[in-house]
Amino acid sequence: MTTFAAIDAQLDAMAAANTGTREDADVLMRLGEAVLENWLVANDKTPTQDKREGFRLLALHAQGAKGDPSFNACRETCREAVYNFNVAQAAADPGELSRAVATMRRLVQHLSLFISGKCQSAQLGEFCCSSRPLRQTDSEILES
Amino acid sequence: MTDRNKYNLIAYYPGCALEGTGTAYNTSTKAVGKALGLGLEEVKNWNCCGAMEVKNIDPKIQTYLSSRVMSIAANEMGHDVVMAPCNGCYHNLKKAEYDLTHDEGSKEVTERLSSKAGHETYKAGQVETIHALDWIKGAIGEEGIKSRVKNSLSGLKIANYYGCMYTRPRHIFPEKDKGPGTESTSAPHFMDDILEAAGADNVDFALKTACCGGAHTLSDSDTSTRLVLNILQAAEESGADVIATECPTCHTGLEMHQIRAEKTLGVKTNVKILYFTQLLGIALGLSPRKVGVHENVSKPMGMLRDKRIV
Repeated sequence: MTTFAAIDAQLDAMAAANTGTREDADVLMRLGEAVLENWLVANDKTPTQDKREGFRLLALHAQGAKGDPSFNACRETCREAVYNFNVAQAAADPGELSRAVATMRRLVQHLSLFISGKCQSAQLGEFCCSSRPLRQTDSEILES
Repeated sequence: MTDRNKYNLIAYYPGCALEGTGTAYNTSTKAVGKALGLGLEEVKNWNCCGAMEVKNIDPKIQTYLSSRVMSIAANEMGHDVVMAPCNGCYHNLKKAEYDLTHDEGSKEVTERLSSKAGHETYKAGQVETIHALDWIKGAIGEEGIKSRVKNSLSGLKIANYYGCMYTRPRHIFPEKDKGPGTESTSAPHFMDDILEAAGADNVDFALKTACCGGAHTLSDSDTSTRLVLNILQAAEESGADVIATECPTCHTGLEMHQIRAEKTLGVKTNVKILYFTQLLGIALGLSPRKVGVHENVSKPMGMLRDKRIV
């Protein structure tokens, strides 16, 4: 499994190289998946190999969010990463491709910061926007 | 379509942040309302909405605290709309509405505490809670703004940052995601719509609802600083001159961590941070002082002059 340190090092290297290619978009997608794998493994879960809407990143997010509403704080980050991945694949000119890859890099960076933050303090994202339904038991949340 | 007259005179719940770090938001919201001919009647003797702290200790107490604000607006002031410009307050009032509709335990606690406190119990559905964005969009709309603009924001590139509590969790915002004309929880756009109508050039901003670590800012400042720095850098890479905000907590977090990122990480960002009400006020012809720009820590006056906005 790729560690957060290795993920961050690759993100920094990509920022420095600033090549903005479709291959970069592929690498970023794998890095995003690696971020979520870290969270799942830390929570004694086996990261899924399934895909959701064609993307393993979204399936991993759904797996991580199950029973943990605070995880939804990174739902849009994942979806935006997928959107920019698609833009990069379909980009008609180098400028558009470069912008999509740069945006995707920021999104994966954010995902990495958020999830590594949660690995240090699991309540990150729980204190504020998730409004965790505390009156429900964990099993009720899992069933919903 | 919203009945525009419905929002002409509404109850205003500023919440505690707008009397503290977010005073410029309070000032500019009131100034914009006045300039647009919209009436705001502050909720009498309002209390804390229960914010994050109470909610995490006992969510039913938070529900009661928020319900008291709505009860005063409805039962003592005769309003059926309450506007809360702070994302935290807005979120909590919506959550209380949801709890009082769906949870018997919350209803019982609210009834008991309301009786003890000596005020009428709030009943779900008595008021509609809206955000300042709903208020402007519903009462004036884009065409109304365009016709009132005296000082276009043309040439000003804006990244609109909504933060998290305006759209999450989705289940407490049943009016959103209802198709054209309604707000989206996954890709909110009301602030974009309003500022575009005021002449601004909105940039594509992928981190518009990204977590800033706001609630962890005291217990884990380093995580918050890195999250905020990424948001600031993403905005700059999108070409933004300004990040527009619609929440005092987001706004303060962005401004404070912008300074902290420079001090602790040695990374300087130059993007300015302004409340959307400040930008709209300036577009409507109000002076920067009138909308509290002098209170902004990111010191946007130079940039606004360079852009010939003021």
